Amino acid sequence: MNKYLKIEKAAIKSILRNKTRSLLTSLGIIIGVSSVIVMVALGQGSSKKIQTDIASMGSNLLMISPGNSIYQGISRGSGSQQSLTLDDCEMLIEGSQYLQAVSPSVNFNGQVIGGSGNWYTRIEGVNQFYPQIRNWEIAEGNFLTAKDIKAKKKVVVLGNSVAEELYPSGNAIGQKLRISNTPFTIIGILKKKGQNAMGMDQDDIILAPSTTVLSRLKGSKYGSYINSIYASAVSEDVMDEAETEITRLLMQSHKIQSENDIDFRIRTQSEILEFATSTTNTLTLLLGAIAGVSLLVGGIGIMNIMLVSVTERTKEIGIRMSVGARTRDILLQFLSESLTLSLIGGSIGILSAVLISAGLKQVTSLTPIIDPVIAITAFLFSGAVGVFFGFYPAKKAAELNPIDALHYE
Amino acid sequence: MNTVISLNDINKNYYVGEITISALQKVNLKIMEGEFVSIMGASGSGKSTLMNLIGCLDVASSGEYLLDGVNVSRLKADEFADIRNKKIGFVFQNFNLLPRTSALENVELPLLYDRSGILRNNTKAAREALIKVGLGDRLDHIPNQLSGGQKQRVALARALVNNPSLILADEPTGNLDSSTSLEIMELFAKLNKQGKTILIVTHEYDIAEYTKRTVFLKDGMIQWDRKIKHSDRPNQLPVNHGKRNYE
Ligand SMILES: Nc1ncnc2c1ncn2[C@@H]1O[C@H](COP(=O)(O)OP(=O)(O)O)[C@@H](O)[C@H]1O
Ligand SMILES: [Mg+2]
Repeated sequence: MNKYLKIEKAAIKSILRNKTRSLLTSLGIIIGVSSVIVMVALGQGSSKKIQTDIASMGSNLLMISPGNSIYQGISRGSGSQQSLTLDDCEMLIEGSQYLQAVSPSVNFNGQVIGGSGNWYTRIEGVNQFYPQIRNWEIAEGNFLTAKDIKAKKKVVVLGNSVAEELYPSGNAIGQKLRISNTPFTIIGILKKKGQNAMGMDQDDIILAPSTTVLSRLKGSKYGSYINSIYASAVSEDVMDEAETEITRLLMQSHKIQSENDIDFRIRTQSEILEFATSTTNTLTLLLGAIAGVSLLVGGIGIMNIMLVSVTERTKEIGIRMSVGARTRDILLQFLSESLTLSLIGGSIGILSAVLISAGLKQVTSLTPIIDPVIAITAFLFSGAVGVFFGFYPAKKAAELNPIDALHYE
Repeated sequence: MNTVISLNDINKNYYVGEITISALQKVNLKIMEGEFVSIMGASGSGKSTLMNLIGCLDVASSGEYLLDGVNVSRLKADEFADIRNKKIGFVFQNFNLLPRTSALENVELPLLYDRSGILRNNTKAAREALIKVGLGDRLDHIPNQLSGGQKQRVALARALVNNPSLILADEPTGNLDSSTSLEIMELFAKLNKQGKTILIVTHEYDIAEYTKRTVFLKDGMIQWDRKIKHSDRPNQLPVNHGKRNYE
């Protein structure tokens, strides 16, 4: 053991003797290790963010959207894109036992004039259950009521970004604004929700009664077709039952006999989560692999320098052999040098990964999550790189003939 | 007295392209424990080749070599390494010290490879060896900070530290001025008095006169082997001319 300590001490000494060269050599490893860690941390950070974003949508959320029937053009034709109606919504509210709330969603994009100017945004027609389903609270004023929906009242609730844009001084409640020349009264402002998983501002929205949006904004050619239905199950445990129930009820009301003809799609929050997670996992893997290549390139850098070092120190090798160093001693010496060099590089790499991650946290909305397993793996990998790429030069050194080595100039 | 070195019909050939160089031919040599022997001869006569064979740095093309009664003619690289470590202390003309490494660490080097473990990590032994050669106050100096004579003393201390039975020196004074050369020779003579077997390659008669026996090589063969006499000097040159090559 003592002997290995001595060899290690000699390795460190020799590394310190050539500080600049050692630093340049391990630079490849430093960059490799830190980029692996940072890349994976970024991937995991964004994956985590997407997960919390999706979770914030409500964990017992179900989204029903129109979908092309499988026998498109035969049984229903292209009209299947518009298959959901407000009546479907009512029917689900009344007929289901596994759903606690259902809201339609009718989308309309348009110019809004009011307050300090005008603003192009999305108007979503919903009902009184929408905040409950989406986990979205009201910040000021009130949300839409059943009465507002029924009476097709011209009232709106503003998303936080719209409120800030049009009413920066904050006296929006009670004011009137015009959407497509129709005057609406502002009755409430939603709490800030931030960006969604795709990076879109969720607060850039105006909510209005679905009935009003359909009749006043979308125009008669749309009839009573809506874009989608949001529903929330009574609890997370009955998601599957809720899904089956919705399918059954909608098939009934759409008079569909075969499952092949289904003209809607139900997605649960967990399905969306799964999809998003697998996407970011692929991304993380890809980033990590690219960074891994740079680690390998760093290893080749080490081999390069070790080879130069062997040539440069041929005489030293001869001296050591002349006083009794065995092949193995020389091999160990050079191996421990390249190992130490790459492990020092690995350590600095981890350190700089921590610093870079902290910096990224400051300047981006992402919080990189450093995975200790990845950090340790990268560190061990850098050690393996050191041994692997140090072996050839070390072997070359160890196999020198003592006389030739001594006489090397 | 024990026989330390016994060379029987040693040949050493070098092959350079098509040409075969016979660096040593039919060399027979016996050296007893406690002897102080110089090896002389013109440049290219095979002195270094002979020393490297005796020092187990190189292997003969044919012939038999017994070191301390053990046949070491054909050994594996690692066995040679162990012999160099345990039994032989080598001193070179160009010192061969590790650069940017302190005198003490240079002297400790053979101890690092001591497989018997007796002297391993024995800084005390290294320090004592340096004191023995008169460098007790230069332990932490690196070679660049030492004079030629001091460097050779460090090399000698390194050769001594493992307490080898045999000390080999290939032109140890070749890079030194005459007064320093004499100091180093005094040191060798002192070590010989203490019982070390010493072989020195030189082409200086003044140096050879320090030794009790001289082996004279010519074209890879031993021409004569006895105590050097005044008449062996090329007669046109005055006695005690100081440092001068008589090749
Ligand atoms: N590695 C070698 N390869 C080829 N020839 C060599 C080698 N080493 C020595 N020789 C040759 O062997 C002969 C003896 O050399 P050497 O022992 O170094 O002589 P000396 O030390 O007496 O000057 C010389 O002719 C030299 O050129
Ligand atoms: Mg020579």
